[in-house]
Amino acid sequence: MSEPFRRLESRTVVLPTENIDTDQIIPARFLTTTTRLGLGQQLFADWRYDASGDTRADFALNHPASQGAQILDAGRNFGCGSSREHAVWALRDYGFRAVISTEVADIFRRNALKNGVVPIVLDAASHAQLVAKPSATVIVDLEQQLVTLPDGALAPFAIEAFARYCLMEGVDELQFLLSQDAAISAYEASIGG
Amino acid sequence: MNEPRTLLDKLWGAHLVRAAMPDAPAIVYIDLHLIHEVTSPQAFRALRERGLRVRRPELTFATMDHATPTEFQRIGGRIVIDDPQAAAQISALEANCRDFGVTLYGLDSERQGIVHVIGPELGLTHPGRSIVCGDSHTCTHGAFGALAFGIGTSEVGHVLACQSLLLEKPKSFAVTFEGRLPKGVTAKDLILGLIAQMGAGGATGHALEFRGRAVAALSMEERMTLCNMAVEAGARTGMVAPDETTFAYLEGRPFAPTGAAWEAAVVRWRVLRSDDGARFDRELRFDAAQVEPMITYGTSPGMGVPVRGRVPEPNGNASLEKALRYMDLRPGETLLGHPIDVVFIGSCSNSRLSDLRLAASVFKGRHVAKSVRALVVPGSQQVKRQAEAEGLDYVFREAGADWREAGCSMCLAMNGDKLQPGQYSVSTSNRNFEGRQGKGGRTFLASPLTAAASAVAGRIADAREYVS
Ligand code: SF4
Repeated sequence: MSEPFRRLESRTVVLPTENIDTDQIIPARFLTTTTRLGLGQQLFADWRYDASGDTRADFALNHPASQGAQILDAGRNFGCGSSREHAVWALRDYGFRAVISTEVADIFRRNALKNGVVPIVLDAASHAQLVAKPSATVIVDLEQQLVTLPDGALAPFAIEAFARYCLMEGVDELQFLLSQDAAISAYEASIGG
Repeated sequence: MNEPRTLLDKLWGAHLVRAAMPDAPAIVYIDLHLIHEVTSPQAFRALRERGLRVRRPELTFATMDHATPTEFQRIGGRIVIDDPQAAAQISALEANCRDFGVTLYGLDSERQGIVHVIGPELGLTHPGRSIVCGDSHTCTHGAFGALAFGIGTSEVGHVLACQSLLLEKPKSFAVTFEGRLPKGVTAKDLILGLIAQMGAGGATGHALEFRGRAVAALSMEERMTLCNMAVEAGARTGMVAPDETTFAYLEGRPFAPTGAAWEAAVVRWRVLRSDDGARFDRELRFDAAQVEPMITYGTSPGMGVPVRGRVPEPNGNASLEKALRYMDLRPGETLLGHPIDVVFIGSCSNSRLSDLRLAASVFKGRHVAKSVRALVVPGSQQVKRQAEAEGLDYVFREAGADWREAGCSMCLAMNGDKLQPGQYSVSTSNRNFEGRQGKGGRTFLASPLTAAASAVAGRIADAREYVS
């Protein structure tokens, strides 16, 4: 169950690096937790903090203008690597509600959708505009499937109808699957299982 | 006449509880669910909160591998885990399996091991099955012609409760490996070579089907190495159509069918191949005969070159510049001869018996360089026993390498085995991400042959000079 998502207006944090993997989003040493809570503290831990645990001023997330930003704009193939849903939990716990890239890794994308974080794939030109203007204010309109870019132009994005419905209504997929019990039982009977 | 179908079409079609509709994705039935300690506690918690049971506990198998130490002591017969958080995670898995009726192969079980090593080894991984696990390398099981892919923890909960998932069908992508691998070149080099060409996101949204003469010639363990890294190209899964090699591997394993059921299963499995004339969304041909031992130089598995190659020029690519800064490597530098501190032989990519045999063939009669710490970690307790029965442990110890208990070990830094900041490692695992093997650690991915040869040389070495 997640807070419904329809429209979001927020500044962006830009991490232009390609192939940002889930080990960067949340390093493995923080995965021994048995809850989903509190992981925002460790989001991007090895990029965000130096060896002595102080925040690094040169990391985009630590810039004053990034405070309160709810949209992360990242380089191609964001969220690749490990399937750890902790990566999405950490982003969400920190405050991010949307991730924009030119390509989002498959498992990360599915995890994001289940936690009220909208994965958005934009065309290269629109994305380049966002990368060029860190901390710009952007509008994500899930209903219209449009991102309003800093120059006012509208960039469309694709999202499956069902995922969009779940995000907009805050509906949880598990509830839907549980409601399909009869179909699942019929399938099990058909395979002799 | 029926349209020719791909292997993916057949596997997908056979598991549809309900086909996709305009407003809802397909519901796909899951035949086998593997779970481990790190990505399951929150899923069980969700079940408890909602008062749900596990729908098919007999189709669910658990083990512990990620957070478990590979060196431990027993007090009063009980294994002692030093890290209190890891210990809590392990007890949570024990309690969850007990309460929900799931079979658990824990540290005390002779069947324990890395989840993707034990599935095939126990004969749980069958051609034609749909298999999921809260772990991205579940694609390993695709080597048997199974539909196998990694899922997140929410989906682990869905499968526990409903034995089903809501899924979009991946696109099909045929990769045909022509020719034969040269001597000293392994399945690991083949897949590293492919990913270097395709890039880390080159197959996003696709299911790869590996085919061609070079694949037919591979053993099951080599096919597992190949499929293991499909996800490093961004693919949802990698698969190989089952054949006689597959059936010979499976026959007689603890969970393989027997007698008439075995005969019937083989008949069913034989049709699990892409029909002649089947159309793929994408296709690629790759000449295995041209592949050389591969090594990665960067922080993405796609950043790889032949072991005698050079670090490429970034040409303004900021991500590559960042990777080279992290690795402290310069464009144009040769990798051969680069000093190393650690060698890690293990992980679900290369910790099976044949991998250990390859490594041992290099270590035999040689010694690990003084400056290097070498770690050999079997993928499962069964692999460990088999290796010891052949005396491989003796070869490793004689050569000065550490021989450990089964687990993920230094593949990911969460169980005590890890690199120190700045250290260089040649590793047979599948990820060279920043900090993957320990904060500040630097990973060169390579085959077990290259890893063993490099351990002996104390620097990155060409394995072809070490195999007879
Ligand atoms: S060996 Fe490494 S890649 Fe494989 S399951 Fe364990 S942590 Fe994941």
